[in-house]
Amino acid sequence: MAGSWSRFNIVSLTLGFAFLYLPIVLLVIYSFNESRLVTVWGGFSTRWYGEMFNNRALMSAAWVTARVGFLSATVATVLGTMAAVALTRYSNFRGRLLFSGMAVAPLVMPEVITGLSLLLLFVAIGLDRGFVTVTLAHITFSMCYVAVVVQSRLVSFDRSLEEAAMDLGATPARAFFQVTLPVIAPAVIAGWMLAFTLSLDDLVIARFTSGPGATTLPMRIYSQVRLGVTPEINAISTVLIGIVTFGVITASIFNKRREWRNRQLP
Amino acid sequence: MRRHLAPILSRIVIWVPYLWLLALFLVPFFIVFKISLSQTAIAMPPYLPTIDFSEGWAAVRESVSEFSLDNYFWVFGDPLYINAYLSSLKIAAVSTVLALLIGYPLAYGMTRAPESLRSILLMMVILPFWTSFLIRIYAWIGILKPEGLLNQFLLFLGVIDQPLIILNTNTAIYIGIVYSYLPFMVLPLYAALEKMDYSLVEAAQDLGCTPLMAFWKVTFPLSLPGVLAGSMLVFIPAVGEFVVPDLLGGSETLMIGKTLWSEFFANRDWPVASAVAILLLLILVVPIVYFQRVQAKARESEV
Repeated sequence: MAGSWSRFNIVSLTLGFAFLYLPIVLLVIYSFNESRLVTVWGGFSTRWYGEMFNNRALMSAAWVTARVGFLSATVATVLGTMAAVALTRYSNFRGRLLFSGMAVAPLVMPEVITGLSLLLLFVAIGLDRGFVTVTLAHITFSMCYVAVVVQSRLVSFDRSLEEAAMDLGATPARAFFQVTLPVIAPAVIAGWMLAFTLSLDDLVIARFTSGPGATTLPMRIYSQVRLGVTPEINAISTVLIGIVTFGVITASIFNKRREWRNRQLP
Repeated sequence: MRRHLAPILSRIVIWVPYLWLLALFLVPFFIVFKISLSQTAIAMPPYLPTIDFSEGWAAVRESVSEFSLDNYFWVFGDPLYINAYLSSLKIAAVSTVLALLIGYPLAYGMTRAPESLRSILLMMVILPFWTSFLIRIYAWIGILKPEGLLNQFLLFLGVIDQPLIILNTNTAIYIGIVYSYLPFMVLPLYAALEKMDYSLVEAAQDLGCTPLMAFWKVTFPLSLPGVLAGSMLVFIPAVGEFVVPDLLGGSETLMIGKTLWSEFFANRDWPVASAVAILLLLILVVPIVYFQRVQAKARESEV
């Protein structure tokens, strides 16, 4: 098998990953550029990071995004996990087909449609656009991602463990929280992280459903990008990329360790 | 005690997320549909009629009788919208093919890599997906600009003596879409190729197939589910894409996501924006339903 690791494969991997990473790497390098002209190298400097922290509009947008992300990811994780349990455990209840359809549809729905439809709902019920509406919108689409992630873990879960717990006298709720949840916890955590990232990342739906006073970071970045490339945006992008990279790598190391530890058990 | 608790619990587990999705996913579509049948008005909200249930059934019925398909005729009568739909489909289709051409060798190379490397490679494909979409598109502006890094590099090499105009053209849109959706193409392809039994390819070669023929007759057909899933995951969101055409595309590029956006935010024409959304949904219903079928089948076969 090792012989099939051919030159062609190495070349296609190198080119493929170069395409995926070169733009990000260049963005990070140029965030340390002294010059205001983003594409002309004027020497190394961390000046734009300082300017970024002094940019109050940018910082307050970052704070809004952090709050929306934290809140929406947490609620979405609870709802998404419930949806996953409902869809894997209960094979027939009224409207199951509609439910399972709705749980997957937002994943492929164009964002402009989701954004527009939620906005029109909020207008119809007279809810003022702002922090609450953008959080509700983010919960709605990210809970579906959580449901998919948790569902894939639940499917392979051995239900006899839970039944054993109940035979030993645990209530269904207790069996779930003490037996099932610890087993599916990695998927639930991954779901939370995914939901948080999606919220952090979303521009289109936030632009439709957010209002004055609740400008999120992507909205702020977008309006600044439309005016042109600025080194400050490179700086904040680098910070975000750093956070995400750190999170993903830590999570995967954590998972690897866990797998390794589980393998050590008899 | 617990026998009594179970039905209540299961009801909560089912109905809380169900009702949430009904209220915030399904109901909004009916509202979009309703507004697509309304007329634009200078008011807040900017459409007529508005249904007011407090004024009794007769008033509601009168409002309903004012609904019309005018917005749909308007959309169909204006070549601008038709062109936007067609060019969105074309751009999405071309981008999907390009993503497949780039993603396939990448996914294939990953499955042939030493096993110890594979999980790292897989993480490297997923990592950009976690990184902000907006930032990744933004990174390309600095590269593709006339005085950007790509042109500087090519001028330095002496390959060109005039900067290439790439930003604000369709080429830039293709680059942007392929770049941002590539992980969606690679992951299903990788999943399909990894499951494959390579002794089949060896058998084909032993029986006299050239490597290329063995690939075409054995590997590719076996990876077809991955090809289809990946293509759908790229094509469907690409049709309604807004950020890429807005930041990388030019004024002459029409894409329906951008048209909807400007109809809503610039023209403040909510009814026409709603009609555009409903028509976009109708175009995407076939691939979406097809995709869900395929996914459901794949999940069942896993169980």
